[in-house]
Amino acid sequence: GKTRLNLINQLKALVGRGPIDQDAIEEIEMVLLQADVGIDATERIIQALQKRMREEVLPPEEAVKYLKQQMRQMLTIGDPTFAPQRDRLNVWLIVGVNGAGKTTTIGKIAHVAQGSGYKCLIAAADTFRAAAVEQLKVWGERAGVEVIANPGQNTDPAAVVFDAVMAAQARGTELLLVDTAGRLQNKKNLMEELAKIRRIIDKKAPEATVEALLVLDATQGQNGLRQAQVFAEAAKLSGVILTKLDSTAKGGIALAITQQMHLPIRFIGAGEGLEDLRPFSSYEFVEALLSEY
Amino acid sequence: MFDALSEKLELAWKKLRGQDKITETNIQEALREVRRALLDADVNLQVVKRFIEEVREAALGSEVIMGVNPDQQFIKIVHDELVKVMGDANVPIAQASTPPTIILMAGLQGSGKTTTCAKLALYLRKQGKKPLMVAGDIYRPAAIDQLKTLGQQIQIPVFDLGKTDPVEIARQGVEAARQQGCDYVILDTAGRLQIDLEMMAELERVKATVQPHEILLVVDAMIGQEAANLTQAFHERLGITGAILTKLDGDTRGGAALSIRQVSGQPIKFIGVGEKVEALDPFYPDRMASRILGMGDILSLVEKA
Ligand SMILES: Nc1nc2c(ncn2[C@@H]2O[C@H](COP(=O)(O)OP(=O)(O)OP(=O)(O)O)[C@@H](O)[C@H]2O)c(=O)[nH]1
Ligand SMILES: Nc1nc2c(ncn2[C@@H]2O[C@H](COP(=O)(O)OP(=O)(O)OP(=O)(O)O)[C@@H](O)[C@H]2O)c(=O)[nH]1
Ligand SMILES: [Mg+2]
Ligand SMILES: [Mg+2]
Repeated sequence: GKTRLNLINQLKALVGRGPIDQDAIEEIEMVLLQADVGIDATERIIQALQKRMREEVLPPEEAVKYLKQQMRQMLTIGDPTFAPQRDRLNVWLIVGVNGAGKTTTIGKIAHVAQGSGYKCLIAAADTFRAAAVEQLKVWGERAGVEVIANPGQNTDPAAVVFDAVMAAQARGTELLLVDTAGRLQNKKNLMEELAKIRRIIDKKAPEATVEALLVLDATQGQNGLRQAQVFAEAAKLSGVILTKLDSTAKGGIALAITQQMHLPIRFIGAGEGLEDLRPFSSYEFVEALLSEY
Repeated sequence: MFDALSEKLELAWKKLRGQDKITETNIQEALREVRRALLDADVNLQVVKRFIEEVREAALGSEVIMGVNPDQQFIKIVHDELVKVMGDANVPIAQASTPPTIILMAGLQGSGKTTTCAKLALYLRKQGKKPLMVAGDIYRPAAIDQLKTLGQQIQIPVFDLGKTDPVEIARQGVEAARQQGCDYVILDTAGRLQIDLEMMAELERVKATVQPHEILLVVDAMIGQEAANLTQAFHERLGITGAILTKLDGDTRGGAALSIRQVSGQPIKFIGVGEKVEALDPFYPDRMASRILGMGDILSLVEKA
C-alpha cells in the first residue's frame, strides 16, 4: 500500500512552504474519506476550508490547524462531563446493532461506576442471543455488580426490564445498566420491541434520569448514520459510545452523526478488557483520525 | 432500500441520455457519480479508484449496441465490471479428497464467526454431510457456551476442551472429527484485530497445526473503509481461501464485498442474512452487483435489447 505519513508532512511534500492548493485539498479529502467520514460530511469540511482559503493564504500547518478546529467543533455537543447523578436512580439503556460491543461496554461501565462508589445493577434484557446472559454474568462478576436475569430462554425482554427497575427502586440503586439484544435498524418488530422497553422505563421509573446510548463499532462505515437515525427514534437516544477504537479504523462516521443528529459521544472503547473504557475526547479523536493513514 | 445510491446513478445516467455515443467527455460526469455512489456504499477508496479506471476503459472501448441508449449501455458496463471483480460465479465450499474437510473461521471481534459456524454446520448437514464444530475461542466470556447452545439448537456436536491452548483445541478437535468419521470440521476462533500480532501468531499456529482446507474470513457487511486493510492483513498472514459476508439482512449496501474480492482475489462464498441458524445463503456476484447498484430492472431491460 501507500506509505504512512502524517498529514502535515504529506501536504508539505505537495506544496512546500507555500499555501495549500487543489492537490493538497484532494489529499485532505482522501484522508477524510478513508477514515469513513463519508462524502457529505467530507464535502462540508472541505468547503469550510476552501472558504477560509479564499479569505487568506494557508500554509499546511495553518490549514491543518483550521481543519482540526472545525472537526473538534463538529464533535463538541453539550456538556462534556458525563456521569450518573448521585443519590437517585439513573437508567442507562444500551442499544445497537449486532456485535457492536454493548455487553462488553456494560461490563466496563459497571466497573468504573462501582469503583466510583455508585450502587449499580445490571439488567440482562438480551433474552435472544445464545449465551448472552452467561456472557453478561461474567462481566457482572468481573465488575462486582449483580445481574438481574430471567432464567427462561426467549422470554420477554420488557419483562426483565420491568423486574430490574422494580429491584433497582427497592434497593436504592443509583445506576441501572440495561443490556439489550443486538438488532439491525431495519427490523421493524425488533425496533418496536426496543421502543416498548423504553416506554416501560419511562413509565415505571418516572423519577429516574434516563440515558439511551447507542453503541457504535468504529469499524462501521456509512450505515452507522442510519443506525443513529433509526435508534434515535425507537430508544430516544441521548448519546453514542464508540467502540473498538483500538483497531486501525478511525470511526469517522461519528462526525456525520454528531453533526446531523446532535448526539454527543460519551465514551470510547479501546480494548476487550475491563479497564478499556475512556471518556470521549474530541482532541484525541481528531488527532488520531488525521495522524497517519 | 438503496434509494440514495440508485438516485445518484440515475442522475449520472440521465446526463448521458439523449446522446448517441459514449465519449471521454460525456462519461466524465457519470464516472464521478459512480465514484460517489461506490464510496457511499463503503467500497474502499483505493478499490474505487482502480474500479473507475476499469469502467472508463471498458466504456470507451465498447461497441455501440443498436437499439440501446448509451446510458443503459453504461449501466450494463458498470454492472458487468462489478460482477467481473467479484468473480463470475458462485464458488462452493471446499471438499477434501480424504475427509474431514477442515474449515477455519477468522475475523474481527463481533463479525459473526460463532453464529456462522453453526449456520455453516447446518447448511452442510442439509447437504447430507456430517459436521463437527470446535470451540476454539477461550477469550470472549461465554464463547464456548454460545457455540454449545447453538450446537444443541441444531443437534450438531461441539468439541471443546474448556479454556486451554487454542492450538491444542484445534488439533484435538480435528482428531476427534477423524475418529467420529465426520465429513467436515469447523473451527471457531476468537475475534481479533489484524494489528494484534500475538493473536495473529496464534492463528498462524492453528493453521500450521491443522492445515485447513478452507480459511474463511468472516466480515460484517456494514464495515467501512477498514475492509481492505483487514482483508489484506489476514490474507498476508493466513492466506484466506474465501470470505463470508454477514448481516446482509440489514440495509447496508455492502460495498465491502468489492473490496474483499479486489484485495485478496479470493471469492466470497456465503452471505449471512439473519440471526437465526438457517439464515445463510450462497454468494452470487451478479446479485451482489445489483444490490450495490440497486439496478435490477434496468439491467433486464438492457439484456433484452
Ligand atoms: N478490540 C475491541 N473489541 C471489543 C471492544 N468492545 C467489544 N469488543 C469485542 O467485540 C465483540 C462483541 O462484543 P459484545 O459486547 O458481545 O457485543 P454486543 O453488542 O453485546 O453483541 P450482541 O449482543 O451479539 O449484539 C467481543 O469479542 C468483544 O470482546 C473494543 O473496544 N475493542
Ligand atoms: N442480523 C444478523 N445478525 C447476525 C448475523 N450473523 C451474526 N449475527 C449477530 O451478530 C452478533 C455477533 O455474532 P457472533 O457470532 O457472536 O460474532 P463473533 O464473530 O463470533 O464474535 P466474537 O467471538 O466476539 O469475535 C450476534 O448478535 C449474532 O446474532 C447475520 O447474518 N445477520
Ligand atoms: Mg450483547
Ligand atoms: Mg465468537
